[in-house]
Order: sequence, then C-alpha cells, then structure tokens
Amino acid sequence: MTHTDLCYASATTLSGMLDNRDLSAVELTEHCLARIKRFDSQLNSVITLTEEQALVAAQAADQRRAVGEATPLTGIPLLHKDIFCTAGVKTTCASRMLQEFKPPYDATVVAKLSAAGAVTLGKTNMDEFAMGASNETSFFGAVANPWDTTRVPGGSSGGSAAAVAAGFAPLSTGTDTGGSIRQPAALCGITGLKPTYGRISRLGIIAFASSLDQAGPMARSAEDAAMMLNAMCGVDSGDSTSADVSVPDFTASLNRPIAGLRIGLPREYFGGDLDPDLAAHIHKALSELEAEGAQLVDIDLPHTRQAIATYYVIAPAEASANLSRYDGVRFGHRCDNPVDLMDLYERSRSEGFGAEVQRRILVGTYALSAGFYDAYFKKAQQVRRVISDDFQRAFSQVDVIAGPTAPSIAFHHGEKAADPIAMYMEDVYTLSVNLAGLPGMSVPAGLINGMPIGLQLIGRAFDEQTLLRAGHFFQQRTDWHTQRPTLAGTSS
Amino acid sequence: MSITPADIAQVASLARLKIPEDALQDVTDRFGRILELVDELQQVDTTGVDPMSNPHDMQQRLRADEITETNARERLQSVAPAVDQGYFLVPRVID
Repeated sequence: MTHTDLCYASATTLSGMLDNRDLSAVELTEHCLARIKRFDSQLNSVITLTEEQALVAAQAADQRRAVGEATPLTGIPLLHKDIFCTAGVKTTCASRMLQEFKPPYDATVVAKLSAAGAVTLGKTNMDEFAMGASNETSFFGAVANPWDTTRVPGGSSGGSAAAVAAGFAPLSTGTDTGGSIRQPAALCGITGLKPTYGRISRLGIIAFASSLDQAGPMARSAEDAAMMLNAMCGVDSGDSTSADVSVPDFTASLNRPIAGLRIGLPREYFGGDLDPDLAAHIHKALSELEAEGAQLVDIDLPHTRQAIATYYVIAPAEASANLSRYDGVRFGHRCDNPVDLMDLYERSRSEGFGAEVQRRILVGTYALSAGFYDAYFKKAQQVRRVISDDFQRAFSQVDVIAGPTAPSIAFHHGEKAADPIAMYMEDVYTLSVNLAGLPGMSVPAGLINGMPIGLQLIGRAFDEQTLLRAGHFFQQRTDWHTQRPTLAGTSS
Repeated sequence: MSITPADIAQVASLARLKIPEDALQDVTDRFGRILELVDELQQVDTTGVDPMSNPHDMQQRLRADEITETNARERLQSVAPAVDQGYFLVPRVID
C-alpha cells in the first residue's frame, strides 16, 4: 500500500490490516503523525498534537491485538475536537479563556474510545466554544479547507472535518449544536453523523447549549462512522440527559436493503432560495436511493424559517448560563491585577471571550432577563415544540427526511465574517434537527466548482441505523466519498 | 422595538462583560439585527403550546442517595488561577 493509499484507507480496511498483522498500530500512528506534521501548516486543523501519548497508546494497541483482546477500533488513530476534555492534555475550546486549561478528567466519549483501543493523535481546531459555521472564530486562527485553502472548512467542527478530509486520520470526533458536525462534513466532503440527543454522554464536553449539544463521529464513510459510533454510545450516570435506551450494533444492520424506504423531501428545503446547481446534485443523489428501491415523497416542514429564530434564542440563552462559570476564579483566564471582584469578573471574561461568544452571551442574557423572558425564551421554547411536532407529523408519512446539508459550497475566508446573520443562515437546514433532538447525517453527494456538497439525511429519534444504512447504500453506488483534495506538495 | 447602546451596556453588565465605549454602537447595531431575526418567532401562533425544554420531554432520572463522589479538591483546584490552603483567592470583598 502506498503512502497515499494508507492515509485514505478506511478505518474498516485498516482494522482488517491490523488484525492480519499487515500493519502495526505503531506504524500507522507514526504515519499519521508524520502527515499532520508535514501538511497541517497549510490547514491549521490541529491545536495540540499528542505525539508521545499516541505512540504509547499505539504500542498498547499492538499488545492488545497480539493477545487477541482487540475491538475493531484498537490501533485506529483519531483526533478529538478540542471541546472534549482530555485528562492532563490541553483542552482549549479554541478560546483564550481556556488557552492553558488541562482538565482533571476525560470526557466519557474520550474514555470510551480510548477503552476501545483507539489512538488519540491530538486535538482539533474549532470555532470558539463551538459558536460559528466557518472556523474563523478560533483564538488559534482560522482553519483552511483542504479542497481550497482560500475557503473555510465550515464549523464549528472545522478542524475535525478538514483533518479527516486531508487524510490526517480516518476518524475524528465532533459536536453538533445546530449543524456543527454536518455542515463542515458537507463542506469538506466527508461523512458526519449527529446522533439523537441523549444517545451519547455529554459528560466532559465543554457545554454550549445543553439541550441541543450532541457528540458524533466524523469519518470518510457511513461504514466507518457506524464502527466509531458503536464505541461512543450509551447511558452514563454522569449525564442525566443521556438516554437509557438499548444500543444496537450499527455495523450489523448496514447491509439491510433499503427497498421500500420512504424518503421525505421537505418543500421548504427545495424552494426558490435553493441554488439550482445544488438542487440538481441533491436530486441526482436521491435518484440513486430511488434506484435502490426507496420511494420519494413530498412533505412539509412549515416552520423551517422560524427554526432559525428559535435556535438563536435558545442556543444563546443556554450558552449565557453555561458560560457564566468562566469567572476568573475557579479555572480559565484571569485578568492581571483586578481592583475588585467585579473588575475581576468583567475583565477576565471580556479578555477571555472573543467577539462572537460575547455577542451570544449578550443575546442570551437579554432573552432571559426580566421583562423579556416570556417574549423570547418561553416563546422560543413553545415554537420549539411546534417545530418538533412538524417532524413528528412528517415521520408518520416517511422513514427518512432528505435535503441539502448546507445552502452553498464552502465560502471564502472573511466572506461572511462581517454579518452574523449571513453566518447564521449557513445552518438553515441543520439546526431544526437539534431543536427536535433527531439524528442527522451528511454524506458527500457531488462537487460544484471542485468543492464538495453534502446530502443530509434526518431520521426518527434513536434511528441512526436507518441513516447509516441509507448512507452506506448510497456510498456503494457512488464514489463522491472517495474523492480527495490535493494538498500543496503532494500528488494527492 | 429598537435597542439602544444604554440597553446593551445594561445587558453587558448583567452578563459581567465590559464593552469598550468605542465598540458599543457597533455591538448595538449587530445586536439589533439579531433581534430583528428572532422577532420572527412572533409569527407563530403558540396558544396553548407547552414550552419544550428537552427534545424528548425527558424527566430527570433519580438515583439512590448514595455517596458516589470522592474528595477531589486538590485535583480540581490544580487548574485554578489562585488558591491558598484549599481556598480560591479573589480580590478583597470586605474592608
């Protein structure tokens, strides 16, 4: 296998090679680390590389394989979004506030993936506190899209998406509050799954909006995402909102045929605003699923537009409460020479948080303040139920809902930075899924001007299996997910 | 309903943020645009609709009232900006 083949081999293939001793976990890990060190100066996708720990974990993985105690993930390298707490390893959330923060414990997701034997290579760049859709709000600088470094990778899990697309690792973790796994997956040409709210423990994931946040796998295929998801799920006594539901084997059901699957196309997603090129690609992608025996059905999600308003009240409100913990006292940035306690709070927070984070704290504080609570926060929570009911009604007619993941291909750096509303519109197709707590997945579905686009599939609560199956069948019929960007200084 | 720089300064104070004088107008303008966006909420009739705070309407689980946490003060305070003998240090609050 050539260098490039190895970088872009699927986790499933690599797992087989490790199993057959065609490759050692140490060799694979060294290979990935070398690629990151050689090429990440072009992308800025990694904040912290944990080289030594990775090699120790790889050695342990090889020993585990040798004694026959491996899981499919044993020895597979991955990167964690820098929002997941890693014990003793810097976890910055891409913020000055947490620039030096070394958590005293591992997030449950990190612990579970490590327990399965996955090898953590490092921590990926992101929008500060996961607030953004372009990865431009990071304190550590913007991330570049590997398909065109003048463009953004999407966000907030932009580093995780760019790294997987660039062949730095076959897998990465992301979190998704309004589209932060799916939108960067679409813009970087990879597969990203936001599971059902509650499917995966939030313990140790730095909180943004607690009723919306959910972690998920980012990979180069639905098959790899399924393998990774298997190791991430389950109820956790440390997260009272984690769901006490059975966890299926997501790999086992991948090949169950999708004939008869009813796929709903929301009229609101395919309306006048949708770019005609993008619409054509999405319809072409859907015809592939139709060829597998799926039926396409027109449906309505009448409050799609109002979901944006709903989200931009609820998410900032929850964020303003969650981010009140950064007070310069217990952990995180503290200003120099505070004159009194109020000065300590105000300067520590104003120095520690970037502009977009402060903007959302202000909006959230306003929406929760006396006199405005009913008009904004309570109203938004009511509309949230109306939106959730729309999905319930749709799922009485169909099994999956499909449409574009993002309204356009990756935009240029700076293009939307000046206008918060333009940036917020990036998530028009994704954020209602978080409001309703449903699973959503993006799979690569074409290239426009050489840039990837994503097909979004939305499922019933706790029915990630059907999304992964549909994604897997789509990827058996198409090769969009195997297309690769070209990094400068390499032939691929 | 338009929002003024004085309103923003008040909200910032509630949020324990300090906005520099020369940035206040710009912050207010952007905030105003976001408010216009979120005012679209008012288009939806929500008469008789219960607010939704958890997407599955989940109730908090109860667990047995047993001690599960151990004392981790030193470990947790190891990441604090200033501590002394187990206490977090802040500027003097009582003269």
